[in-house]
Amino acid sequence: MIETNGLSKSFETKRKRQTVKVDAVVDVNLKVAEGEIFGFLGPNGAGKTTTLRMLATLLPPDGGEATIAGFNLRTEPAKVRKSIGYVQQGRATWDDATAREELILQARMYTIDKAEAMVRAEAALKAFDLTEIADRRCKTYSGGQRRRVDVAMGVIHQPKVLFLDEPTASLDPQSRAHMWDEVRRLRDEGMTIFITTHYLDEADALCDRIAIIDHGSIVAEGTPADLKREISGDVVTIGVPESAAKAEEVLKGQKVVKSVEARGDSELRLSVDTGETAIPLIMKTLSDGGISLTTIELHRPTLDDVFLTKTGRSLRES
Amino acid sequence: MKLFRDIWLVFQRHMLLMIRTPMLVILGVAQPVVYLILFAPLLKEALATLGAQTTTDAYRMYVPGMLIALAMATGLYSGFSLLAELSSGVIERSRVTAISRTAMLLGRTLRDVVVIIIQSIILTILSIPLGLIVQVLNVLLAYLILAMVTLFTSAISYGIALKVSGPAVLGQVINNVAQPLMLLSGTLLPIALAPLWLRRVADWNPFAWAVDGMRSLFKGDSSNPHVWQSLVIVTVLTVIAMAWSTRLFAKHVK
Repeated sequence: MIETNGLSKSFETKRKRQTVKVDAVVDVNLKVAEGEIFGFLGPNGAGKTTTLRMLATLLPPDGGEATIAGFNLRTEPAKVRKSIGYVQQGRATWDDATAREELILQARMYTIDKAEAMVRAEAALKAFDLTEIADRRCKTYSGGQRRRVDVAMGVIHQPKVLFLDEPTASLDPQSRAHMWDEVRRLRDEGMTIFITTHYLDEADALCDRIAIIDHGSIVAEGTPADLKREISGDVVTIGVPESAAKAEEVLKGQKVVKSVEARGDSELRLSVDTGETAIPLIMKTLSDGGISLTTIELHRPTLDDVFLTKTGRSLRES
Repeated sequence: MKLFRDIWLVFQRHMLLMIRTPMLVILGVAQPVVYLILFAPLLKEALATLGAQTTTDAYRMYVPGMLIALAMATGLYSGFSLLAELSSGVIERSRVTAISRTAMLLGRTLRDVVVIIIQSIILTILSIPLGLIVQVLNVLLAYLILAMVTLFTSAISYGIALKVSGPAVLGQVINNVAQPLMLLSGTLLPIALAPLWLRRVADWNPFAWAVDGMRSLFKGDSSNPHVWQSLVIVTVLTVIAMAWSTRLFAKHVK
């Protein structure tokens, strides 16, 4: 549904009176399949919004090609526009207009006639759980409600692809969960959704596949589970009072244990493929060897570990 | 056809927003009203040399100038609201839709014209008890000049707003453009009172022509060549300025 080939963009900025060329996006190659939620994860300033705006026809790329819903981004931007919805970062509604008015206007801006626009606005209000506040002014809405109006506007013309720029930034946990449900519902209706986020949990929980971007380049791409598996297996940490050396010996021969590392006298760190099947075997092996176990802890790699492995720093810090 | 539909869409939305905050229109006339009541009476004596014998004569000279000044100020400062809208995200959201870029700019400018006409009607009516006597047809023609001046100055302001980097610079530029134009248009005192060299400079100021045309109309002298001359001048300039700013805008938002 979306395919990019060597997409690049640089900006010129003035730094200390000198014009400096800053590469915002460098050689981005992506493939997004129909009907998936594709997440673009990266720290602020990594090039997520720039990429998104290029794909949404709002910013001309300096280099590379892209095809969206079968149309060439460079040569058929008008057709691309008709096939996509775009929800920018930050609010896009007038304070003194109501959600219903905004939805009708948005539909009409897509050349939909008035009667049809009213029908669609009504349906959208219902679908996005906004009926109750439909005729109140947007400035009275909560952050989550206002964001839902933004998304409802983005899909009023029933696009094939929806671009969402940081859909849950600065929302409270409940509103975020609500937004995730809306996004999943749209996906289940057949829409392809491309979202940017700097939240690890959002990329993990919501997205079918993700690409991690840092300094304008893609450093990893795949399903969240694959990416995590790729960097390392699960880690099991066990506590064995005063008998770490003995336990290490017993466990070393085991098939499920990929590596063992003793940390002091009473702690061992084991690398395994899948923690939940390895733990019973580890426990049995130790008990057969006459070693008592005080603690056992399973650590699964997170997307942050993926980011750390690929970029050398944590996403939380950047 | 689609262009007119799109202009109408944008215009409707801006009218709706205006109706929701009517105080802006009312507050816009507060200052001119003060001038009308406290400043205009002073003018009767000052304008005597130009043949103003009665209060009516004085108001017939003062009101048109004041309306032009109001239209110029509204127009020249409309670049700020465009910058605010550009940064607020409402324009960004429209950019991915099929709406005409020209309509995005013209629709909001026409709202400004409506505001000016409403304010002018209020001010004209308020001047009547103070002594102004005018003919309806002439006033309507005068409002046409006002509408053109609003469109012209808005277009200039939009163009500058899109050229400069931000509201701070825009403020400086507009102030420096607006002040000489206002002083040289004879909006407060007729330029006929000025020394010759100043009058020759003012001949090059389209707003001075607009004020002259308006004053002739308020006097009931609609056959005065100043009337059609001012209309032609402001219309031509409006078309040029609009073409320039809509092109800049279309390029800016693509």
